[in-house]
Amino acid sequence: MSDLTRKTAVELSELMTSGETSSVEITQAHLDRISATDTAVHAFLHVDTEGALAQAAAVDARRAKGEELGPLAGVPLALKDVLTQDGVPTTAGSRILEGWKPPYDSTVVKRLKAAGIVILGKTNMDEFAMGSSTENSAYGPTHNPWDLARIPGGSGGGSSAAISAYQAPLAIGTDTGGSIRQPAAFTGTVGVKPTYGGTSRYGLIALASSLDTPGPCARTTLDAALLHEVIAGHDPMDSTSIDQPIPPIVEAARRGDVNGLRVGVVKELGGEGYQPGVEARFHEAVELLTKLGAEVVEVSCPHFQYALPAYYLILPSEASSNLAKFDAMRFGLRVGDDGENDAEQVMRLTREAGFGDEVKRRIMLGTHALSSGYYDAYYGQAQKVRTLIARDFTNAFEQVDVLVSPATPTTAFAIGDRVNDPIAMYKNDLCTIPSNLAGNAAASFPVGLADEDGLPVGFHVMAPVMRDDLLYQVGAALESALADQWGGVLMSKAPELEVTR
Amino acid sequence: MTVVADVMPIEDALAQYDPVMGLEIHVELNTKSKMFCGCPTEFGAEPNTQTCPVCLGLPGALPVVNAVGVESAIKIGLALNCEIAEWCRFARKNYFYPDMPKNFQTSQYDEPIAFNGWTEVVVDGETYRIEIERAHMEEDTGKSLHVGGATGRIQGASHSLVDYNRAGIPLIEIVTKTIEVPGDKAAAVAKALVSQLRDLLLALGVSDVRMDQGSMRCDANVSLKPTGSSTLGTRTETKNVNSFRSVERAITYEITRQAAILSTGGKILQETRHWHEDTGITTSGREKSDADDYRYFPEPDLVPIAPSREWVEEIRATLPEAPSLRRARLQSEWGFTDLEMRDVINGGALEYIVKTVELGVEAPAAKKWWLGELARAANESGKDLGDLGVGPAEVAEVQKLVDSGALNDKLARQVFDGLVKGEGTPAEIMESRGLALVSDDSALIEAIDRAIAANPDVVEKVNSGKPAAAGALIGAVMKDMRGQADAAKVRELLNTKLGI
Repeated sequence: MSDLTRKTAVELSELMTSGETSSVEITQAHLDRISATDTAVHAFLHVDTEGALAQAAAVDARRAKGEELGPLAGVPLALKDVLTQDGVPTTAGSRILEGWKPPYDSTVVKRLKAAGIVILGKTNMDEFAMGSSTENSAYGPTHNPWDLARIPGGSGGGSSAAISAYQAPLAIGTDTGGSIRQPAAFTGTVGVKPTYGGTSRYGLIALASSLDTPGPCARTTLDAALLHEVIAGHDPMDSTSIDQPIPPIVEAARRGDVNGLRVGVVKELGGEGYQPGVEARFHEAVELLTKLGAEVVEVSCPHFQYALPAYYLILPSEASSNLAKFDAMRFGLRVGDDGENDAEQVMRLTREAGFGDEVKRRIMLGTHALSSGYYDAYYGQAQKVRTLIARDFTNAFEQVDVLVSPATPTTAFAIGDRVNDPIAMYKNDLCTIPSNLAGNAAASFPVGLADEDGLPVGFHVMAPVMRDDLLYQVGAALESALADQWGGVLMSKAPELEVTR
Repeated sequence: MTVVADVMPIEDALAQYDPVMGLEIHVELNTKSKMFCGCPTEFGAEPNTQTCPVCLGLPGALPVVNAVGVESAIKIGLALNCEIAEWCRFARKNYFYPDMPKNFQTSQYDEPIAFNGWTEVVVDGETYRIEIERAHMEEDTGKSLHVGGATGRIQGASHSLVDYNRAGIPLIEIVTKTIEVPGDKAAAVAKALVSQLRDLLLALGVSDVRMDQGSMRCDANVSLKPTGSSTLGTRTETKNVNSFRSVERAITYEITRQAAILSTGGKILQETRHWHEDTGITTSGREKSDADDYRYFPEPDLVPIAPSREWVEEIRATLPEAPSLRRARLQSEWGFTDLEMRDVINGGALEYIVKTVELGVEAPAAKKWWLGELARAANESGKDLGDLGVGPAEVAEVQKLVDSGALNDKLARQVFDGLVKGEGTPAEIMESRGLALVSDDSALIEAIDRAIAANPDVVEKVNSGKPAAAGALIGAVMKDMRGQADAAKVRELLNTKLGI
């Protein structure tokens, strides 16, 4: 049998249905791949070998009994370490949660389990999802499988690296300012940020509540759509969850037709500061869409230029409040509890030891932005900008069906390159942030490699709220048109990882 | 060194200063589940047995609003004549407290569900209108237990335990606007307001309002300004005052304390103060300053609340009669004077009389028993009226026996005594104590004959045209019968005998 780790989720599902292989075999193949490659990649923070094999065996048993199973039953998945899984360590990439085993499943995990998806383990991430490189993880950086000296993007670098290293065919990420789409772009994979409220946040360790959105990561558009469908839908445990039917995403991913689709190129997302190779692949992809029958126009979103500053006020404000619960009282790390210190001192010592620099930086920023006398100037003002950005989207979607831009201004940069320049790091999310502020759906699809460094380039598609299907329509069209050129998905062009045994 | 008296006599204080008050009253709602999760809210359960990821503030957990809590908030708002917001939000109030799981309290800030209301209280026959600033929704915190010290306080304790059962129980905070009433009435008005709110909340059925269990807690803000001045003084906030009487005492104490400081040129610190029930004083708590910054912002985990006008009107239509209006109605139905009604209310007998009247007893008779015999018995045994073991049903039964002529008032009092002592039903007590009125004419006639025989001088007087003298004979007969005779019946038989 050919290497099971190279298969897509859809192919694995077919192999299981036809009886050619089992979920246990598939799971074991991926566990082996993880142990062979993860010393180099460091995509995982925790591998749940026993749990995964048990889940796989359970699915095999159900299949043997002739039970009707979902399309992804028995397929392995890598879970970003920011979503709770009952009894499995969950750290959000932070020391402060080292060793914490949540006593409950997040809604996303509940739905994955219900669908029979096998959870291999928890993937590395920037601490509390703060970062664009996965260098801020308290447990060390993840390496980009395309070039181990480079970052895989952040904060969901672990999830995207896991699927691009063939450690898992599917992964779950969370996207607050681009944490699914930016790593997808840097690793040549598909990453989708669903409509805010389209997937449940219950059990997602909050970074910024009004922005966080769980979503699928995969190597193909259809795999992503199938996974998206599993985790989407109304959740009564999340007040901000949208109570509407899931749009026809799987059908859109199968159809992949853009004939007559009106596509708007966002004028403000391109030009100066964008890497030439990124721009070149982006324009080729736009041309390809035109060839496929899409109607392409340029659209202006004048307030997008204020998205980054607004985001970097709203996010730290919410984060400063969300992270207040990490106080050494009930879970996680506790430092200084020797009878010499009172509760507040224990809390101070624990936070000092448990939070990394970026987290502290953002807590201070957010605390300041919310404090009396500054609220109106910072947080209040940022919320107004947010409204204007949402209005830009509304206006644009009156003219076009989807908006497009490069997913990131550059390709993956070298590890250590931007750690001392937070602003340069923040600018990585220029294209992705407006969609988080407005809450609409967006995704990154691979459209080739930049000429200057041979690294993947992501194509960014933005769709109206609850029109996530349009993303898949565009992604699938590009994917099938480019398949001939690449001899498969873009991932097939990735260099082989050196395997340690 | 100048020796400064701790407090100034209240009369002197009020001669120099006008008090200004503001009350914040926290009420725990009696919803079955917590404000933002499905955990039960039962009081007194084993510590930490009524918790879940949401009310423990575990990473990842999210709140969902309890619709019944919102309904209760609207009820309270309407009953306090408030406007109900068409659209409002929760906010986060960020501060650290060891028993507050998320280290922010989900509360309402600039967008409360109910605002701009009023209510009236009556003190010594005067009506005072109290303006209500707002009534907003929030969640309660957990409770700390300090172990290993002598006092149960954190000082000297070896460690602390936290019980999160109370964390997340819905609270309504009712905030008054500034209350300025004549100084000698201030404390009494505050007490009356809290007491009336309690009645109102009970009538609404939204809270158990047990001040002893902390389901109603009052914070009293007090400041003084020199008589006639319009400049507000610095205020103190006395926290968690836990009974009506304490509200009155704490406010009086703060007036006397602040007056003593101000009169010697001292300054009042803006601070929270703790009320001590045992010693009747307040002591300094946390100093409140501008550094107290809660960093409020709209709660991003919850969508806004927009109660439809139809819903609000539906709720309004189901509101029970306001206690103050109900009292006025009952007073008029019962024909009581203001003074009588006040006695009834102060005696805590209103609801018992209502129920007794519902059982067919005339209001004056019901009042007579509850405020007379039963109030005395309660007083003597140090119990509440409700804990005597005598209810409206027993009172109605005794009154029925009086009406039928089986008992007179004097005998009825003995039946009540038996009831309080747990001697059985009224009938059993009559039987065992031998209390029934003698209705047998022949027994009465025999007694009359004995009285006539023993008092020839009285008979002589009657016969000589002084029928009023017969009263002495009736007295003798009643004495002979040990009270167990119907005086009217005796008079009738005696008159026949004497030919009057």
